[in-house]
Amino acid sequence: MEKLKYERPIINKINAGVPDKFGMKVRTQIMPKIENHSVKELIKNYGSPVYVISEKIIRDTYKEAYQAFSTRYPKVQFAWSYKTNYLDAVCKIFHDEGSWAEVVSGFEYNKALSNGVSGSKIIFNGPDKSDDDLEQAVLNNSFIHIDHFDELYSLIKISNRLKKTAKVAIRVNMDAGIYPQWDRFGFNYENGEAWNALNRIMLSENLELVGLHTHIGTYIMTASAYGVAAAKLADLAVRVQKKFNHTIKYIDLGGGFASKNTLKGAYLPGKDTCPSFDDYAESMTNALINSEIEPDKLPTLFLETGRALIDDAGYIIGTVLANKRLANGRRSTIIDVGVNLLFTSFWYEHDVLPAQETSQQTEDTTIYGPLCMNIDVIRAAIQFPLLQKDDNFVIPRIGAYNMTQWMQFITLRPNIILLGVDGNVHVIREKETSETFKNAEKMPKHLDKK
Amino acid sequence: MKLKSNIAISDSGFIFDPVSGDSYTLNPIGKEILSLLKGNKSDKEISDFIFEKYDIEESIFEKNYYDFIGMLSHHNLLEEL
Repeated sequence: MEKLKYERPIINKINAGVPDKFGMKVRTQIMPKIENHSVKELIKNYGSPVYVISEKIIRDTYKEAYQAFSTRYPKVQFAWSYKTNYLDAVCKIFHDEGSWAEVVSGFEYNKALSNGVSGSKIIFNGPDKSDDDLEQAVLNNSFIHIDHFDELYSLIKISNRLKKTAKVAIRVNMDAGIYPQWDRFGFNYENGEAWNALNRIMLSENLELVGLHTHIGTYIMTASAYGVAAAKLADLAVRVQKKFNHTIKYIDLGGGFASKNTLKGAYLPGKDTCPSFDDYAESMTNALINSEIEPDKLPTLFLETGRALIDDAGYIIGTVLANKRLANGRRSTIIDVGVNLLFTSFWYEHDVLPAQETSQQTEDTTIYGPLCMNIDVIRAAIQFPLLQKDDNFVIPRIGAYNMTQWMQFITLRPNIILLGVDGNVHVIREKETSETFKNAEKMPKHLDKK
Repeated sequence: MKLKSNIAISDSGFIFDPVSGDSYTLNPIGKEILSLLKGNKSDKEISDFIFEKYDIEESIFEKNYYDFIGMLSHHNLLEEL
């Protein structure tokens, strides 16, 4: 007689309480495949853990976002936010779809150039631009978004020395009705600092004011805040037109759109609550179209959306290392993905989905990463199926920031693979080896004794 | 290992402890093991029963079994030795 499928015996205490008004989720979702690729095969071929990026999802998401804006506004240009994920293959997909590059350091600027982006299609943001960075950006006709007066004066000096006009915008911070208000970047709108900066630029011989920029925050759940921001920038554009008879060519409303991940402490899942691209587009474009800007002088709308364009395209897949009981009887599961590889687990409740069939039995579980460090917690409390050692799992929606903010801590960074639209799997960043780390180290002579 | 005699087990895997008033649910294998414990079966008899019926390696079941017994003890469902 064929033996029955086994699962671990469990006992769960029934705790009386107020049920969620939407009821409990009744089925555990499993994810044995990503697109047509078996998770177990991917792990067998590329190791565990391994990051997986879907080219198809990147392209589909970009098209969805572009359509939301371009059907509402005549001139729209996306610029790929390098810091969100600056793997060359990922950047090239966005550039291939029509995105320019939005960079925030000399390192990212040179990455964009080496990805074949023309200097005149690079937006240079951020508070840290060295004189060399600025000089390069001026010479390449890039759009330089000035963050503070010190940078403005450096740029005046550099452009005068080079006798070349720098194309500039200012970053504006403002009260757009959201909390926390980001005021550490750029010039403030309400206290008149932004208007002062614009006047200073307009009076400079070698600076050409081409745009206005703001980035009101991150994971913004209220689409209407972008309407407030767009209206305030439009107001500055109108004042510049009136006073200097100068037309602002673009308004850059930055990024900060929420992805479908669930923030810690949120009552409902992010996929049910975060605004759609259409919601954001409606708010921004209405504000611009209804502003006092003359219709034939409407600026191009620039967008630097990062997270919402890439999060869904990224997965990390891995293996269960062990199950344990904590002192209070609570189950804990240790997996080979820690906060070193999943930085976003500090603020998201990431889904962790089994990659093989499981029953619908679950236990209240804490999921820990593999690091010998107490804060390495991927999920503090999750109703988790009864996975055994060596079972596999998928953590979806991790494409944003994890492959740039990752840490080389205790273990080395794993392979990153791309599921191409050609149906093949491509390694786009090789796993690190001990040599990767060792090669950068130098040993003082007096310590180099065998 | 002996289950307290006053613990009630239903056919669907629902168990009730009349002393504490607490109730619990079991998955099907958990229920089978608890029923065997209630019938005063030894660890070996329980293991043999599981190996006969289910497709599982001995070492994995052993880990899971002692973890399960640990949880029964944690919930005060076993007689003190």
